[in-house]
Amino acid sequence: MKVRVLLFASLRERAGRSRFEVEVEADCRVEGLLRQLENDMPFLREVGRFAVAVNEDYAGPERPLRENDEIALIPPVSGG
Amino acid sequence: MIRLTDQPIVIDDLLKAVANPAAGAIVLFIGTTRDHNQGRRVERLEYEAYAGMAGKEIDAIAAEAASRWPIAAVAIVHRTGVVPIGMASVAIAVSAAHRAAAFEAARFTIDRLKETVPIWKKEFFEGGAIWIGDQCGREGGFVDPALAPGEPGTKG
Repeated sequence: MKVRVLLFASLRERAGRSRFEVEVEADCRVEGLLRQLENDMPFLREVGRFAVAVNEDYAGPERPLRENDEIALIPPVSGG
Repeated sequence: MIRLTDQPIVIDDLLKAVANPAAGAIVLFIGTTRDHNQGRRVERLEYEAYAGMAGKEIDAIAAEAASRWPIAAVAIVHRTGVVPIGMASVAIAVSAAHRAAAFEAARFTIDRLKETVPIWKKEFFEGGAIWIGDQCGREGGFVDPALAPGEPGTKG
């Protein structure tokens, strides 16, 4: 199934793109998607901590993914 | 009144939005862009937002403030894009029957905004630029959603 990945701030700049689609297994969870993304973007293993949101809500590693979900990688926020 | 804007924040709009005949106090917080940070001379700041989620997170903060304090209204506006030095990057107005609730709810709102709302600040200084929040050494991995990411900002 296909899911959409969004990158922001430092992660967006390092990846050189802000959004793309990836094909994942039907039973994929957030953690599995991140492992898969690390193959294309090894810098994800080196960068500091980041959070993940699924469909605009913060989500933990066990969160199951569904077709067309929007997964955002969220570096430490610094608004204000 | 809760929104992101790429235009200068109009403070009067926030005051109008929270005006209420039952309110005896309006507290206004304005976060402004500072010309120095950690010994660096800052030339400008640029803000990026995950707009849809930022709006939802700000809504949730406003709802939580309203549930915890007897306030009449809250207005929150965050600017995105380049914000020149000395300008407002965020503004929060809270009205309430009495000042204590308005002060406390405004403090809570800005503190929580800086912890959970997906907005990022890039600092441009002489000789470089950095995303604020990325500098601290961190272990790779997940953030518990209950412990959403946050860093001390560049403003007090």
